[in-house]
This record gives sequence, structure tokens and C-alpha cells, in this order.
Amino acid sequence: MSVLNIEKGSTSHSAYQLRDPNADITERHTLAVLVDNEAGVLARVIGLFAGRGYNIESLTVSEIDHESHRSRITVVTSGTPAVINQIKAQLGRIVPVHEVHDLTVEGPSVERELALFKVAGTGDKRVEALRLADIFRANVVDSTLESFVFETTGTSEKIDAFADLLRPLGLIEVARTGVAALSRGQK
Amino acid sequence: MMARQMTGAKMVVQALKDQGVDTVFGYPGGAVLPIYDEVFLQNDIRHILVRHEQGAVHAAEGYARSTGKPGVVLVTSGPGATNAVTGLTDALLDSIPLVVLTGQVPTFMIGTDGFQEADTVGITRPCTKHNWLVSDTDNLADTLHQAFHVATTGRPGPVLVDIPKDVQFANGTYVAPKTASNRRYKPQLKADIQVVTKLAEAMEKAEKPVFYTGGGVINSGPAATQLLRELVQATNFPVTSTLMGLGAYPASGKNWIGMLGMHGLYEANLAMHDCDLMINIGARFDDRITGRLDAFSPGSTKAHIDIDPSSVNKVIQVDIPVIGDVAHVLEDLLRIWKSRGRKTNKAAVGKWWDQIEDWKSVNCLDYKPSSKTIKPQYALQRLQELTKNHDRYITTEVGQHQMWAAQYLHFEDPNRFMTSGGLGTMGYGFPASIGVQLAHPEALVINVAGEASWLMNMQEMGTAMQYRAPVKQFIMNNERLGMVRQWQELLHGERYSHTWSESLPDFVKLAEAFGAKGIICKDPADLDDAIMEMITHDGPVIFDCLVEKHENCFPMIPSGKPHNEMLMGDASTKGVIDAGGSVLV
Repeated sequence: MSVLNIEKGSTSHSAYQLRDPNADITERHTLAVLVDNEAGVLARVIGLFAGRGYNIESLTVSEIDHESHRSRITVVTSGTPAVINQIKAQLGRIVPVHEVHDLTVEGPSVERELALFKVAGTGDKRVEALRLADIFRANVVDSTLESFVFETTGTSEKIDAFADLLRPLGLIEVARTGVAALSRGQK
Repeated sequence: MMARQMTGAKMVVQALKDQGVDTVFGYPGGAVLPIYDEVFLQNDIRHILVRHEQGAVHAAEGYARSTGKPGVVLVTSGPGATNAVTGLTDALLDSIPLVVLTGQVPTFMIGTDGFQEADTVGITRPCTKHNWLVSDTDNLADTLHQAFHVATTGRPGPVLVDIPKDVQFANGTYVAPKTASNRRYKPQLKADIQVVTKLAEAMEKAEKPVFYTGGGVINSGPAATQLLRELVQATNFPVTSTLMGLGAYPASGKNWIGMLGMHGLYEANLAMHDCDLMINIGARFDDRITGRLDAFSPGSTKAHIDIDPSSVNKVIQVDIPVIGDVAHVLEDLLRIWKSRGRKTNKAAVGKWWDQIEDWKSVNCLDYKPSSKTIKPQYALQRLQELTKNHDRYITTEVGQHQMWAAQYLHFEDPNRFMTSGGLGTMGYGFPASIGVQLAHPEALVINVAGEASWLMNMQEMGTAMQYRAPVKQFIMNNERLGMVRQWQELLHGERYSHTWSESLPDFVKLAEAFGAKGIICKDPADLDDAIMEMITHDGPVIFDCLVEKHENCFPMIPSGKPHNEMLMGDASTKGVIDAGGSVLV
């Protein structure tokens, strides 16, 4: 064997650059993960995302069946199709995970998020905030002479849009639940 | 069996008995005292007192890998548990079934930073397949049975059960394994028949096929090994293996083309690069195997048989993903392939073999012999020659000696070669050899070691002596961290930063200090006699084999290079790895 000829300045091929971020388009996926509601199960799911370098854009979790202690974790994540597939396979490997559903590819689904907005102000701004709340079908759940707390439900985009409009009108605090999602239809 | 009331501590011992455990490796401490009381009061389970908890876990790994049964470890809270972390991670990466029991401070003290308190389940969550903190004695027996089930089912792995001291003292109801709940964890064993059929079709057409086998074949059990051998014989395809899979197909078998990978054989790596059908059986496209990903076996159709869906398409996108247990899949594959008429493309496969024989004639394991110093390759060739007819088990530490052992020792059967593959844990081999020896008291157990790795867990000499485990520590002493030194030579301008072994002990005196036998050998002419002396001595031996200090391990696929750009022993190696390669490990 002769000595190898290596071109100077050739691209490095790190074993760790397994996914060329430009090789594929990054997609946003909503995953529903059904788990046993046992101690540490959320830490397992979050630890998986942190340890393997996956993104979490939104995460909600709550027990949905109090008798069988089943919880539903809804994760919105992003990655190339290969990464999304790997995330699903890795989630499926966790022992207390029962089912992993990719709502983005398994057919039509609905996504909703609940948000609370505190807007402080008086005069025209206060009136305008209330008018916008009406347009966005937000409820007033708390009121003082100088503030409102609005409650609204909708897609993340709708909530973003409402927040953008409220910002110049004295928006001082926001709380959002993150996405809850279900597939459409009877299945 | 009727449900019985007993203390948590008694439950632990009862559950181990009911799970068929005969040996536990452990180290006592405050938070496991009630369990150690119960261990004291019985004779069915043998407890092996190690000298460090890391040693306990590696010994249990050696026991598990050489028997196919889960290894069991019992250690205390806090430092006992944290010392077990390296072994847990090692077992996770190599898919070794372990059940590790840790003591914990009483439940009412958890979270108070109590003495020897650590968040054991938090710390070990990412390095176990699953873990549990038991907060109620009534759940303890059930959890222990689940632990054995999870550790040994599907892709095996280490599990940990953290047991607070008050849970050990309290009374609860014991349940037997059969009545234990939660058998929900049931990975899919049988693969989709359509996919298996697709693989059989690909095998019929293949002109340049290769079986690329891994530790999954051994983990799947003796049936998988038998089926692999039958499949190889029936098809006459060449077979290569990862470090973890050595022995699944016998090294003396006529279709064996040697280990592949970074320090694999020339013929094996070129066969991987040039094949048109790659059949991965229970391996995982590790970076030591693939080299540069975008140049990995560019022209082949790739099939991958694995029980773990997350292993498939993780680094290499495959064409035929077969999710299932190796034995189950091979059984179906053989049946389908036979029922379709046992077809292969004989003419093309014959030509493929001619090509492989051509590559073999390069004789890639050649090295420059010496009559003055012991070449490490020569030492292993002699060790192979003088031990091959023994009932022999080999463990290794990590580094050059490990790769040479894989190259120059030959394994005819599975479960005979125990080495830290995925994690690369220096200090693995010695305690592992003790675990192997205790499982196979009559066998010849040799740990092929480097002096630096060996020193990392040398305290286990005490364990070997106490339990009269006649393990042979074959230390190839080059007074260097040989593999790191090799990389410094090739990648870092020969700046040998901290890779020499200063202030080494006199290994003969060290052996004698423990009451063991020490042998030193530095002349190739004396080597055979010295090895024979080691083999025939009835007791632990430290063999200090002084070898050539600057020998490099070849062949080698440099980092960042594809399989067809290997470095051979006689090649000039200066500057062959570019800046891109040096960022890799």
C-alpha cells in the first residue's frame, strides 16, 4: 500500500456530524407520547431530548387516566426526517412508554394552546385591548381599573399574533400551556 | 406460591433466589446493612466481596457475558452507587444484562442531603436501560422481578433498583416471579415476513455479499449462533464480525474473513467496502466500524437485523430493515430461503471469493519480527498457540493490546471473549476476568492487559486471592499508553503528552505482596516457557511481559477515511491523517 494522498483542506468528516443539517429540510412534528405516570418518567423523556441533542419547542404533560395512571406527553420538536424517526424510535425504547404517535404524519390533527395575557393600561389603550380580545374571542378572567387578564385558546400562531398586537397596548406578562393535540376523526 | 409477609431485606434475597441467581458481586455499607444481614443468614447465594464498586460491576459483566445470565451487583448508597456508574454505562453500550441493587437513605431522609445520599436514580437514568426507586416494601418484590425481566428481555442492558433503608426494614408482601405484574415490556421478536423474504431475494441475486455480524448474535443466545453458522455454510457467503461479535462464527471456519473496523483486517474492510449486499446481523454501524460515513460501502444494498428499532437507520440508512431477534429472524430467513430453492449466484460468489483470497494474500497482520525484544503480536501468537486447546476465556483491557488480542487470538465459540467495546473502559478486564473465572472455575481465564489499564483496577487482586480465582493477568507492558501514544505519533506531531507509564510497580513483587505468583519475561526465547509456567500455576498470576515500546497497531483505518484507505504495518504513517481526521476520536 502506498502512502495515502490526502488533499489539503478537504472537508472534515466527523463521526459526530451524522446529520448534515443542510442535507434535508427541517420539519416541525407534534408527537403524542403515552406513558405510565410513574416517578421520573418526564425526566426520562426530557433527558432523552437533552442527552441526544434533539429540540423541544413545546412540551405539555398531564395524567389523562387516573385509574391506570396513564399520562399523555405532547412534544413539539423539529428536525430532519431522519432525526424525527430516530426521536420516535428512541422514545419507543423507554420502558414506561406505551405508544408514540406522530400526529404530523399520521393524518389530520388539531392543535390547541391556552394562554393568559396580563395587559396594564388606561384610556384608549385599555379600550383597544378589550376590542382586540373580542376579535380574538379571548375571555376576561380578571379585571382591575388598570389591568385585564385575558384567556385565549387557539393554535400557537393565533396566540403569537394576539401577543404581538397586545404588546404595544401594555402587555406585561404571558403564560402559555404549550401545545395539546389530538388526531381528527373517530380513530 | 402463597403471598408471604417478610422484611424488604429478606425479599431481596428471596427474589434473587427465585430468579435463579447464584452469585452476587458487592460491597457493603450503611444503607444496605439489612440486606447484608440476610445475605449472612443464608447459603444459597454466594456473595463476592470486591475491593471497589466499579470492580463489582465489571465482574458481574464478565459473569454475564460468559454465561448468558444476568449479572447481579449489590452496593451501598452515595459513593457505592456513583462508583458503579462507569460499569453501568459500559454495560449499556455493550448491551449486557445486569441487575444492580443500591441502598438508599431512608425515604424520610431523601432530599435532605443526608450522609451518603445521592440521587442515584437521577444519576443513573441515562446509563441504565431502566431504573426504579422503591418507596414501599409492598412493591419491592414485584419491582425486583420486573428488573430481571427488563434486563434480560429484548436488547439486554443494565437496570438498577434503588432501595431505601426503611423499605429494607419494613414488612411487606412478597410475590413470586410468576405472579409479578407488568409483563407489558415485550419487544417484538419476530420480524415482518415480507421484509425477511425481501432479504432472501436479495441473497439469491447477490454477487458480492458479506455477513457483518455483531454482539447481537451472541446476546440472542446459542440458537442464534447455530443458525448463523448454518446460514453461512448453506450460502457460502463470507462472514466478518465486530469486536463484540467475535466467536459467533468460528475463527477456524472456512468463510471467516476476520474482524472488521478501524483495526480490522484488510480483507474484511475491503469486502465491506466493495460488497453489493451487506447483511448486518446484530451490529450497529458503530463509528469504529463505518469510518467516513459518506464513503461507507458506497455500492451496496444494506440489510440490518436488529431487535432495537432505534439502532436501525440511526447512522446508516439501510434498504432492508429487519426488526426482530437475531435467532427468530435467522430461523425465518433460512426457512424462506430454503423453501425458495436454496438459490445463490454461485458463479459470481465464486469470483467474489477469488477477490477476497487476493486481499488475504496481502497478509495484513504481518509485522517485523525481532529476536531481541518481544513484539506484542508475537506474544499473542504464542499465547494463542499455547492456550488454544484449553477451555479458555479471554478478557481484555482497552487499547492496543485489546486490538492485537482481537487480531491474533482466535475464538471458536461465543461468550469466550469479554472486552469493553462501546465505552472503551480501561480497567474493565481484570475484574471481568474474576467474574468469568467464578462462573467457570475449571476454565483457563486470561486477561490480556496493558500495564496502564491494568493498574486502574489492580485492587481486585485482593478479590482474586480471597476467592482463589486463578485468573492469569497477561500484562503486555510497553510502559506507554500505547494507543494514545500511537495517535499522538500519527496526529499530534509526535508530542507524547503524558502517555508514558512512570513509576510502575515491580509486578512480580506486587503479585507476591498479594500472595500471588509473579512472572517477568523480556526475552522472546523465554516466552513459551514463561507462558507455560503461567498456565500451569494453580492460582492467580501476574505476568509482566515486557514488550517492544513503540510498536503501532496495524492495519488501521485513519479517522475520517473510508474502508479502502487503510494504513498497513509497513506504510509510512507520517502526515497521513489530515486536520479533518484529527478532530475525531
